[in-house]
Amino acid sequence: MRRIFALQFPTRTLAASLMLAGASLGMAQAQTSATIGMQLEPPHLDPTAGAAAAIDEVVYANVFEGLTRYRSDGSVAPALAESWDISDDGLTYTFHLHAGVTFHDGSALNAEDVKFSLDRARAEDSTNAQKALFAGIEAVEAVDDTTVKVTLSAPDGAFVTKMAWGDAVILAPESVEQAATAPVGSGPFKFDRWVRGDRVELVRNPDYWGDAVALESATFKFISDPNAAFAAVMAGDIDAFPGYPAPETLAAFEADPRFDVVVGSTEGETILSTNNKAEALSDVRVREAIAHAINRQEIIDGAMFGFGTPIGTHFAPHNPDYVDLTGQSNYDPERSKELLKAAGYENGLTLTLKLPPPSYARRGGEIVAAQLRAVGIETEISNLEWAQWLEQVFRGKDFDLTIVSHTEPMDINIYARPGYYFQYDKAEFQDLMKALDVEADPAKRSALLKQAQKMIADDYVNGYLFQLARAGVVNAKLKGLWQNAPTQANDLTAVHWQ
Amino acid sequence: MLAFLTARLLTMIASLLVASLVIFIMLDLVPGDPASLMLGLNATPEALAALREQLGLDGPWPQRYLAWIAGLLRGDFGLSYTYRVPVSGLIIERLAISLPLALYALGLTVVIAFPVGMIAAATRRSWGDVSIMGLTQLGIAMPNFWFAIQLQVLFALVLRWLPAGSFPGWQDGLWPALTALTLPAIALALPQASILARVMRSSVLETLHQDYMRSARAKGLSAAGALVKHGLRNALIPVLTILGLQFAFLLAGAIIIENVFYLSGLGNLVFKAISQRDLIVVRSCVMVLVFAVIAVNTLVDLTYGLVDPRLRKH
Repeated sequence: MRRIFALQFPTRTLAASLMLAGASLGMAQAQTSATIGMQLEPPHLDPTAGAAAAIDEVVYANVFEGLTRYRSDGSVAPALAESWDISDDGLTYTFHLHAGVTFHDGSALNAEDVKFSLDRARAEDSTNAQKALFAGIEAVEAVDDTTVKVTLSAPDGAFVTKMAWGDAVILAPESVEQAATAPVGSGPFKFDRWVRGDRVELVRNPDYWGDAVALESATFKFISDPNAAFAAVMAGDIDAFPGYPAPETLAAFEADPRFDVVVGSTEGETILSTNNKAEALSDVRVREAIAHAINRQEIIDGAMFGFGTPIGTHFAPHNPDYVDLTGQSNYDPERSKELLKAAGYENGLTLTLKLPPPSYARRGGEIVAAQLRAVGIETEISNLEWAQWLEQVFRGKDFDLTIVSHTEPMDINIYARPGYYFQYDKAEFQDLMKALDVEADPAKRSALLKQAQKMIADDYVNGYLFQLARAGVVNAKLKGLWQNAPTQANDLTAVHWQ
Repeated sequence: MLAFLTARLLTMIASLLVASLVIFIMLDLVPGDPASLMLGLNATPEALAALREQLGLDGPWPQRYLAWIAGLLRGDFGLSYTYRVPVSGLIIERLAISLPLALYALGLTVVIAFPVGMIAAATRRSWGDVSIMGLTQLGIAMPNFWFAIQLQVLFALVLRWLPAGSFPGWQDGLWPALTALTLPAIALALPQASILARVMRSSVLETLHQDYMRSARAKGLSAAGALVKHGLRNALIPVLTILGLQFAFLLAGAIIIENVFYLSGLGNLVFKAISQRDLIVVRSCVMVLVFAVIAVNTLVDLTYGLVDPRLRKH
């Protein structure tokens, strides 16, 4: 038996923060509440029944907890489970829960609740947005109050990481119905009130089992308009806006000693997604030509105000297993033209480019279109709403090119799904992912992940643009927020006023 | 008068029914599946099917339409797909901002437009009239979101007299709520007041040339006295028409201003619901707005009768 206490994917932090020295002008009295700005409002607050990032951005680590959790550097730490044992065949995980944990309604959190939550997530009628996380579970057994035994159908080296997702948090059967509207979790903050369209208010949980948090209350305020976000932060209505929607105004905050501008990285690989089954694009030469036509830095500067890290494959650069393959698809328009000629498109080619609403796609799309035009590829741009995009592009696969950020952590396995919208179908890659699923040895996993990154880069499956950065503005006296976003969260457990 | 009222009421019900059918069919035609929007890129087909069934998205449209109308008649607006709470509660929550804001803006519109329009009419062709007309032209031409941002920067960020946005709710008392709504109400009211002042001016000018005005002056009333006592009533008919339309606009069309001042009003709710394909919320909100517009128009029609007894006969 190996007893493992932590880290599955230790991740080195990207030291990109632009901290400002200087005196702060804030008031002297001790503050015990903080207001966090968010661009999107969560549709509801049940992280186990929806994909909206905004749900986890409110409740992850604050209201709900799982067996394990992500830390700000992307590593995985124990949460409700203080430790776990893995059987030698890698099939049985025995989680040891903290004793004396209670839900916000006072009821005890025990092994039965864990069994209930995991069984609910993998049930046939489950509406869990990440149901695949639980697909490998064969049985869950509550051994005693604080011991849960999970049996897998095949060894899974990433199982403990999967349990750190927001979609895998533990709920009680008595309060699961109200999770969407008035969640009852076990975290250091209790849900207090939700003024829909405006804000969600949390208060400190006095009976929290772990370290008490510094804040007595916290408010998440939803402001979608970039101008309004600027005004709200400037006026002091918002103490921190981690995913600040108006990067063009960041210079004003950098110059102001009352604020810190914090730039971190996310799990969002932003790609020029390519329909590998479309007529012209099924030819790898055309896809390679597109890759060489793209000038990543120009897109990052032009569409993202310089925030973003170029990527050459579908993997987060801050991950220790990342391989920098940007050189393989370097900006080389002459090479593009040659490849297009070899593929029989020397007289030009017209492709559709369907863009969802985020500015990385809309602004980035215009630049990509200009870059493609320079090598002889014309694009027909259409701007879609999310619902239309999901219908036409994601489900209907009716597109040639699109730009989208894949924000789930460690999602290179989507390339093993032949029916996924970009329709990459390669048996070797699928075998590689199967091998990865059952591999628990860190060194071998790392080698497999590197091989996978190389394979999709060699096949030029998609145009790999940049890793989405997260630029935020924070009151200079408010400390303890995450700089990077290894998962979609605003973890307030360490947040305090100076 | 009774026949007049009955006729108005029947027209109102018929309009509502037609509107409900149009709204339902149009929204049913909009592409986009609420379930896949909610579950995102990694959802499995089974999870989607389960959610679709849970939301009641399957079944032929006439059946779903009738179920919706039957619910509306019982006062049950249904559950929001995304928020999973009753739609009626959402709408009431939003009306607590949108209605006071619309009334506040309407009040400012009247307070500005009536005197300004009358002064312009009374001092026709003087420099006062010309500058008022110029300013109202500017008020109409100016994009109201731009004007709103200027107000916000000046009064909230620089002078710090008023909050930059947000709405504290009514539970903290009248004063914080009113101060929060002041800048948005001004931003909304100014263009409307400019329009109304111009209508007021031309309407007053027209009545000034009527025979009864000359008679009023002839029997010894002053120019101002004749205007207030005899002219104003007659001049109000076109002004009321415009005012009714403006109220409907202020209630439903404040969304841009709501965005600038991060207020969560009805316009915002509709906008977000559309982008999230929360069709049941969109349908119900639009019905509420249609009802408000029709009700206000009916009310305006009835007021014509009060202002001008001649119209009661028809």
